[in-house]
Amino acid sequence: MNRSLEARDLTCGYGNRQVLDSLSLAARAGEVLVLLGANGAGKTTLLRALARQLRPARGCVLLEEQDIQRLSPPELARRVSLTPQSERRDWPLTIEQAVLLGRAPHRGWLLPYTPADRERVELALNSTGLSDMRERLITELSGGEWRRTILARALAQEAEVLLLDEPTAGLDLKYQVDVLRLVRRLAIEQQLVVVLTLHDLNQASLYGDRIALLARHRLIALGTAEEVFTAELIQQTYGVPVTIVRHPVYSTPLVVPLDADANAAPPKP
Amino acid sequence: MKFSSATLVTLALILAASMVISLGVGAVSIAPARVVQILLHPGDPSLEATETTIVWNLRLVRVLLAALIGAALGSAGAGFQGLFRNPLADPFVIGASTGAAAGATLAIVLGLSGTLIGLDPVSLCALAGAVATVAAVYVIASIGNETPTLSLLLTGVAVSSLMGAIVSLMMFLHDEKLVTIFGWLMGSFSGRGWATLRSAAPLILAAIGMLWLTARSLDALTFGEESATSLGLRLTRVRGTVVVAASLATAAAVAAAGVIGFIGLIAPHIARRFVGAQHALVIPASALTGALLLVLADDVARSVAAPSELPVGIITALLGCPFFLFLLVKRRREFGTG
Repeated sequence: MNRSLEARDLTCGYGNRQVLDSLSLAARAGEVLVLLGANGAGKTTLLRALARQLRPARGCVLLEEQDIQRLSPPELARRVSLTPQSERRDWPLTIEQAVLLGRAPHRGWLLPYTPADRERVELALNSTGLSDMRERLITELSGGEWRRTILARALAQEAEVLLLDEPTAGLDLKYQVDVLRLVRRLAIEQQLVVVLTLHDLNQASLYGDRIALLARHRLIALGTAEEVFTAELIQQTYGVPVTIVRHPVYSTPLVVPLDADANAAPPKP
Repeated sequence: MKFSSATLVTLALILAASMVISLGVGAVSIAPARVVQILLHPGDPSLEATETTIVWNLRLVRVLLAALIGAALGSAGAGFQGLFRNPLADPFVIGASTGAAAGATLAIVLGLSGTLIGLDPVSLCALAGAVATVAAVYVIASIGNETPTLSLLLTGVAVSSLMGAIVSLMMFLHDEKLVTIFGWLMGSFSGRGWATLRSAAPLILAAIGMLWLTARSLDALTFGEESATSLGLRLTRVRGTVVVAASLATAAAVAAAGVIGFIGLIAPHIARRFVGAQHALVIPASALTGALLLVLADDVARSVAAPSELPVGIITALLGCPFFLFLLVKRRREFGTG
């Protein structure tokens, strides 16, 4: 099976404000595609459109060559999972109860969970380091613990497409690296399509198989870190002068910002 | 899970015990052991005929009705709180009760008769009033995807006042029915018989069942609309079901016993302390807790000013208002940012 998620000529926005303009890109199974762009460049909007949270004004999103608008809500949920940047938590469910809801697309909203569901949830809790705190109430978690709970729920959902909006936000370094390694491993082992947004360019370089640069409502470059991490493209994306160096151990490209005012003295003596 | 099911059974047992005790409370007091004997062996010649009559003909229907109405209000409260994702929602606070009262009053003053799908006109109009009010409050109070407490409460008060004004207007225009309407509005079980119980019971049990079926959906709604949708939840369908089911429970309760406030607010809070936050347990636990609270409140209503009695709505308001204010104070921080 050749899994893929493709945005074709996608134009969408909110009311009169256009956020994406005829954007086309395809995410493939077995790779992590990282979306990069300045604030407001449309990364979240693109993820929402890919998850059918937003109806495109023009163009379409194809899941294995089929328009996602044609899928029923449960079928879409079995195949595509979206973890938004922030989530509400009004009631004190336990972590385990929250993660079990990731099984709803498979089990439906009425039938009791099966042992197979609990097994899935077990795996998801283990891979996010939450198994020892499953009884904790979600209303009492730190921001990072809550992010991991949401990720665990997305894993329990067992979708072939994982859309993650800033999965590392609010996590300390260990969990940032853990999350990125985990989703990359899952992408390869289970041939998942993974699309995520990041703010850390150097993590994108290390963990992104391909990187999409978004600026001014459009896709300005798509390729491996080697291909798109050029001083020129990064400056176009973020509006900040940078220089590209090499990772001392892996020799992947790293982005180092320069002070905007080239003639001035260095920011700190 | 096992522990929580045990909690439900425990709650049910406490409810049963309190119902037995309540059967002995009143102008003639009867010991619980005697009540059990009367219930199990009504023909036993060693029993006093008056006590048997009091228990079977006067008090049993009243206690059952109190439990049933309490269960309706408790589960409706749990449903509304889940729907609005707000622990201050309650059939009374958001105006569903007053809406149902307006509908029911209309049916009374128009002297409607006949039945439709087995429902009497008072219940039907109460249901229409409750659904319309809840839908209006939902639409007006929601700001984007949120229903902030302040906006929910203000909208509830405004819509409630409107419905209250409609009730007053009808009472004013039809003063020949003033006493009937007024006595019924206050919220009381006195003078309600088996007929009331028979017409309310199927509606209320159906409504609780419907609410219970939405339990997992209400859990998913915790995460907000975007995440709930990405779990495959059909938002409109779930909301529609909860609005109709919770309004049905409220309307049936109001049609049977008038406006009884705050049971729907308090019961889910107590229930969550015992069974956690999963709605599959919160809804039945709220029904049991609501039943327990209203049975006890009715005991107070019957005995505090004996031999005359108070409308039970007064007791629940005296009990519930301070609790409501306490919750409000606890959430005060929210208003600064809202």
